Amino acid sequence: MRAPDDLACQELVELVTDYLEDVLSADDRARFDRHLATCPHCRTYLDEMRLTIELTGRLAEDDLPPESRDALLDAFRTWKATEEEQSRNR
Amino acid sequence: MDHSTDDALMTTVKERRKPPSALDAECALVAALRAGDEDAFLTLTRRHEGPMLRVARTYVSSHATAEDVVQDTWLAVLRGVDRFDGRSSLKTWLYRILINRAKTAGQRDRRGVPDPPFAPQGLDGSEPSVGAERFYDVSHPQWAGHWKQPPTPWECTVEDRLVTSEVMGVIGAAITDLPPAQRLVVTLRDVECWTAQEVCGALGLSETNQRVILHRGRSKVRQRLESYHRSIDGGEREGPRRPGMPGAGRTGH
Repeated sequence: MRAPDDLACQELVELVTDYLEDVLSADDRARFDRHLATCPHCRTYLDEMRLTIELTGRLAEDDLPPESRDALLDAFRTWKATEEEQSRNR
Repeated sequence: MDHSTDDALMTTVKERRKPPSALDAECALVAALRAGDEDAFLTLTRRHEGPMLRVARTYVSSHATAEDVVQDTWLAVLRGVDRFDGRSSLKTWLYRILINRAKTAGQRDRRGVPDPPFAPQGLDGSEPSVGAERFYDVSHPQWAGHWKQPPTPWECTVEDRLVTSEVMGVIGAAITDLPPAQRLVVTLRDVECWTAQEVCGALGLSETNQRVILHRGRSKVRQRLESYHRSIDGGEREGPRRPGMPGAGRTGH
């Protein structure tokens, strides 16, 4: 039976990031864990949020082509030359 | 208590060791940059060019514009490096410059229509993480607020550890479709792995707002992955747990 302060699934899904970031109060965390222990659907939901975050992190792996590197280096050299000229004139 | 003393000691030791070395490296990098060291510049650009492009891309409508913004940012960094005082981290400073420029470019993109204020955009009141129709409503005597259409495990991705470029494409598209604040916070936190503190510092958000924006963004990305998995997991695999089946929310209670 549900106790009066038990979380509903609909409440739990709003707290997942707070739970993962560990910012829930000790009481709320305990309620969250208690709900998870008895609700396989919310465990699935939490797993999916974790997987979503993990997979999102893999987007960083696809390296972008270094097309603009030469242009940047040119910009750097120009900046350096200007700096040197300025310090000579100082 | 002995433990707390130990813990306190460990913390002090850790603090003494870790951050300064990162900080020293950063100071050395800034000093080298000021001295016009080309290697230092290349190190810095290599480390940040991908992330910077992705962040810029969250503000502007084309890859080419994002590249211009990044280029422009590096020039501003070089011009300003003498004034960098080390009060914020180099990264925070760098991305503040980038974000300012990307915002301006983004406004130009949309023909000068300014962005609505940042936080409200990500914090629009009525945005549940999961649609209300998937839960029993308050009138249900026993299962109010519990799953009516529960999530089903993503068999093909989880079991086969098969992460296809198609899956990554779904995630990329989902992030692109997020409202700007959510797109930016998800990109920084979940793609670039920034800490909450770094994101708050760079974007001027409170920790709570940052978390709410992040949560909304992530929830939508999950939703898109769920729809994708439904479309391919379908058929007999999903049979016994088909969403909407009477009593689906009851398991385990």
